[in-house]
Amino acid sequence: MTDNPYLPFPVRIQQIITETEDKNLKTFKLSFLNREDEERFVFMPGQFCEISVAGKGEIPIGLASSPTEKGFLLFTVNKTGVVTRYLHNMKEGDIIGVRGPLGNWYPWEKMGGKNVVVIGGGFAFTTLRSGIVYMLHPENRNRFKDITVVYGARSPGLLLYRQELAEWEKRDDIKMHITVDATDDPSWPYNVGFVPTVTEQKITTSKDSYALVCGPPIMIKFTQPVLEKVGFKPGQIIMSLEMRMKCGIGICGRCNIGDQYACKDGPVFSLAQLNELPQEY
Amino acid sequence: MGDKILKKAELQDVLRALKRTYEVFVPVKENDFYSFKPLMDEEKVDLSFTNTRLSPKPLVLPQSERMFEFTLDEKSEDAHIVKESPKDYPPRIIAGVRPCDAKALRLLQVNFDNPEFKDPWWVKRRESMTLIGLGCSQPCSACFCTSVGCGPFNEEGLDILLFDLGECLLARTLTEKGERLLQLGGMDTDADSGLKKSADEVKTKAEKKISSHVPTDKLREKNVNDLFDAPFWDDVAFACINCGTCTFLCPTCWCFDIQDEVIRGEGDRIRNWDSCMFPLFTLHASGHNPRAQKVQRIRQRFMHKLKYYVDKYSNGVACVGCGRCVKHCPVNIDIREVFNLMNEL
Repeated sequence: MTDNPYLPFPVRIQQIITETEDKNLKTFKLSFLNREDEERFVFMPGQFCEISVAGKGEIPIGLASSPTEKGFLLFTVNKTGVVTRYLHNMKEGDIIGVRGPLGNWYPWEKMGGKNVVVIGGGFAFTTLRSGIVYMLHPENRNRFKDITVVYGARSPGLLLYRQELAEWEKRDDIKMHITVDATDDPSWPYNVGFVPTVTEQKITTSKDSYALVCGPPIMIKFTQPVLEKVGFKPGQIIMSLEMRMKCGIGICGRCNIGDQYACKDGPVFSLAQLNELPQEY
Repeated sequence: MGDKILKKAELQDVLRALKRTYEVFVPVKENDFYSFKPLMDEEKVDLSFTNTRLSPKPLVLPQSERMFEFTLDEKSEDAHIVKESPKDYPPRIIAGVRPCDAKALRLLQVNFDNPEFKDPWWVKRRESMTLIGLGCSQPCSACFCTSVGCGPFNEEGLDILLFDLGECLLARTLTEKGERLLQLGGMDTDADSGLKKSADEVKTKAEKKISSHVPTDKLREKNVNDLFDAPFWDDVAFACINCGTCTFLCPTCWCFDIQDEVIRGEGDRIRNWDSCMFPLFTLHASGHNPRAQKVQRIRQRFMHKLKYYVDKYSNGVACVGCGRCVKHCPVNIDIREVFNLMNEL
């Protein structure tokens, strides 16, 4: 964060990676223009930034890179509105801005010594990627027990970070359950089925576990009862919310859910916290 | 700190003298309404107003404010880099502030100036201000300040409070800032005990004149979801046309939007007042809108002021009882009735 919390750090687009076959998702690899800005930028997986495109505006986007990855930041952006559309047409080398890190993060302290179940759907896998890379880092891996991932998309071509998923599949310190809703590829080596169904098949215990759940509302709606069936309590289910945001620091007043600002008090909430709040998100 | 006394007619001489050091704002009548404007040399200070239509909030949070600037000119080595706009914060006197509007700035302080984040522009402007309050000897019919932890002679947020004693004004200094200002203005005649007594009487009389009372005592203990799901919101929202007059005039409404504007390759990042009454306020890029319905937006406005703020800051309700929204709502939605409904649920 700069001294003025509204002022973005200038960054250069180092690389643009098209993630999905529909070309709607691109990952932007950004590097700081000033070394001292990079040193000030200290974050935890689960946090987000306001990406600033001069002349177009700012958008809140989750940090997809892990603090263990040095020298760059990753943001995976869905082409949806004014700023994201413009950003998708920008080139490597272009200058944009990053304001952050903003918001809270996944409860890494509490998850220490526990099993971590990561459940993601569609393009809501970005901060989960950050979390997985963070946990798998040699310095962190033994702080957590079993790591299990259920990640699904509508089709194989819509999965994010496919190369990394394949690498994680080969490791023995993380259990991967990749799935797609449907595919006509007979050589598809992974699961076929919706995320809640695969979760029901693969996640059979809630003992000493936390579940990080990010995905479209429909996926969350059907995954929640599955987790509750195997004994996950609302305090063990962790979610990350999206809201329209502007300031990102709990001042401009639009992203509240009850008395909580999604930008400052969130975006990460446990289901136990959300159950106490008005259902307005 | 003490009580000084001056003749009413002297006030403008004092304020005019202070213009050498400060920018001085006073309520000025334009057509039917008063608003805070810089004090002109030939102008008479008019203390006959009930209250300004708009509180002094734009002097701290301008309706439209340049935050940053940038150039998109590729020939510039700083192209696309967002930079701070130069600003200055001259010392300002706001004279004639009603106690409710001063209290409102107090309520806003927790939002703009908190341990985690400080809004630099709001904080600097607030710090550069000295507020001379004018107690309300004649509260209006829609005022209910005494119900919400305020009052016609409430001192919170003010540096000096003026009591209208007919021929003269008693100036009570409340802060060091206020003390300094009285010295600079040459107000050095101490008020005797008789005048102090008169001031107390004026205050007691004014408090008794406030006829409107609303209950707030049970808001804190109520369950947020019980209030959220209460059956009365459809009725409250029925007549609302989502015009946003209430949020525009409210001294405790602070929400803003941030937009970029570019003219011939030179751009500004600007913030503008916004309103929870508008659907665009919460519309996601995906098309999803958590507050797409009018009733949801009305509920947000009242829940924010009378419940969310209460729970979040333990600072009372985010309403100072000024009565502006009551007087100016085109369809007569009355926050006092909503206080009743919520408190008595």
